[in-house]
Amino acid sequence: MTTRNLVVVSGGLSVPSSSRLLADRLATATQRALAERGDDAVVETVELREHAHAITDHLLTGFATGDLRGVLDAVRGADGVLLVTPVFSASYSGLFKSFLDVLEPGSLQAKPVVIGATGGTARHSLALEYAVRPLLSYARATVVPTAVFAASSDWADGDAQSGLSARIDQAGAELADLVVGSPPVVVTDPFDEVTPFERLLSGDA
Amino acid sequence: MQFGIFTVGDVTTDPTTGRTPTEHERIKATIAIARKAEEVGLDVFATGEHHNPPFIPSAPTTTLAFIAAQTQRLILSTATTLITTTDPVRIAEDYATLQHLSDGRNDLMLGRGNTGPVYPWFGKDIRQGIPLAIENYALLRRLWREDVVDWEGKFRTPLQGFTATPRPLDGVPPFVWHGSIRSPEIAEQAAYYGDGFFANHIFWPASHTQQMVGFYRKRFEHYGHGPADHAIVGLGGQVFMRTNSQDAVREFRPYFDNAPVYGHGPSLEDFSRETPLTVGSPQQVIERTLGFRDYVGDYQRQLFLMDHAGLPLKTVLEQLDILGEEVVPVLRREFAALRAPGVPDAPTHASLVAARDAAAAGSTPQTQEVS
Repeated sequence: MTTRNLVVVSGGLSVPSSSRLLADRLATATQRALAERGDDAVVETVELREHAHAITDHLLTGFATGDLRGVLDAVRGADGVLLVTPVFSASYSGLFKSFLDVLEPGSLQAKPVVIGATGGTARHSLALEYAVRPLLSYARATVVPTAVFAASSDWADGDAQSGLSARIDQAGAELADLVVGSPPVVVTDPFDEVTPFERLLSGDA
Repeated sequence: MQFGIFTVGDVTTDPTTGRTPTEHERIKATIAIARKAEEVGLDVFATGEHHNPPFIPSAPTTTLAFIAAQTQRLILSTATTLITTTDPVRIAEDYATLQHLSDGRNDLMLGRGNTGPVYPWFGKDIRQGIPLAIENYALLRRLWREDVVDWEGKFRTPLQGFTATPRPLDGVPPFVWHGSIRSPEIAEQAAYYGDGFFANHIFWPASHTQQMVGFYRKRFEHYGHGPADHAIVGLGGQVFMRTNSQDAVREFRPYFDNAPVYGHGPSLEDFSRETPLTVGSPQQVIERTLGFRDYVGDYQRQLFLMDHAGLPLKTVLEQLDILGEEVVPVLRREFAALRAPGVPDAPTHASLVAARDAAAAGSTPQTQEVS
């Protein structure tokens, strides 16, 4: 049995928020699916609201302060990441985007990711496909095929085949498959990877 | 240990008065600040190099030569000289000329520059920043060390039978520091050549500076220039002082809140906690600065940023009085007392000439080896 690190990021702004609710449900489904495949999971949940000031400061100063530093390290070191944003103005929220903007380049590269979003109406559901998924493609994340959108009305939809719970379970299973198929993430020190100067000098870097 | 100041050369509106100095006033203020640095007993004045508004120091050696003519002992340096977008032939010529004019009172700090549009203005590409820094510096070293250079590279017209004039003063090139905020490759470059490494320090948390300097020291030793704790390290710092620390905070806050780079972001208190910025009494500045040694080891050069964010000249000169009279004498004494035996001073022209002559005479030099 391997213990996997999952980092759950919720961009919800209200407390409690439906984005957090969806994020928690996705985390539970993933944990359950990992257990079925013989792996343990440690879940760290991040509410971006608590880091909103630090994220803005990072945009302005170029470095992470306080707890945000730990969050960025956790994402880099995660075996799987669950990202949930509210849909604002037909796309991901500004805070959610800013968080992705301050992640160190490469933090999500080849990392198994599930994406979710919440909104008032199902008419926003494709925001996951035209906005969030391309953003994660840019970050070179490996995003599972099932993205989960939860509209207000979905929270009452108990359809076993197509309801919210079924979609959450499907996404969780897909993420678990990717995580189980990957070696555990080992974070390397960038200072251990510097090209020796002779190679820099010969242009062979 | 050397103490001094470095300037970005920004023309910034004073947020407390709404007044913006003219370029002329700012350039003349820079001279007054450098003269004051010598008057209050500091060792080094370093200017930035920028080629876009709101900055004035586009011609650093012109300014430094003017200062050299009005000072006697101040070491004139840069923070930084753009090794990426400046032709290394021009750097070789300009800084060798400055050596002759200042009787060897100059060194320089190389940096890449992080403003994207500046690169194409000089026919370069910021994505090639590291390869440019590496190739250009390799050429610069040859131009200073070889009388006739045949050279071909990726970024510049080839040279056949080229001699950079004037030759360096006494045949010894100025000492070179490599400045970096976050690129390990630049620390690697400094280590490879046994040059100095200057950590900007002021815009990032101490843990980052500790990592960068630690890496440079390790690689300095790896390349055979001496033990890691003999590597040549410089640090930036940023302070504002009044006798009563609350007065310092009250007076500096509007400048901090509106400053270029970090203004309108973190609070003064947050930034002071996360970076070396110290706003308070001279005693607080002394204690904080001595603490830098805890995470970078014994180091050779401490430069403070004193004249940015629209601070009026009068205030900057007052700050330099406090720095020179109340802070630096204590720092000199305390750092000297703490310093491990055998740690070298920052090389100067005199020490480099002595080392070269000692090497030529076959004895072991006591100071930094000329390579």
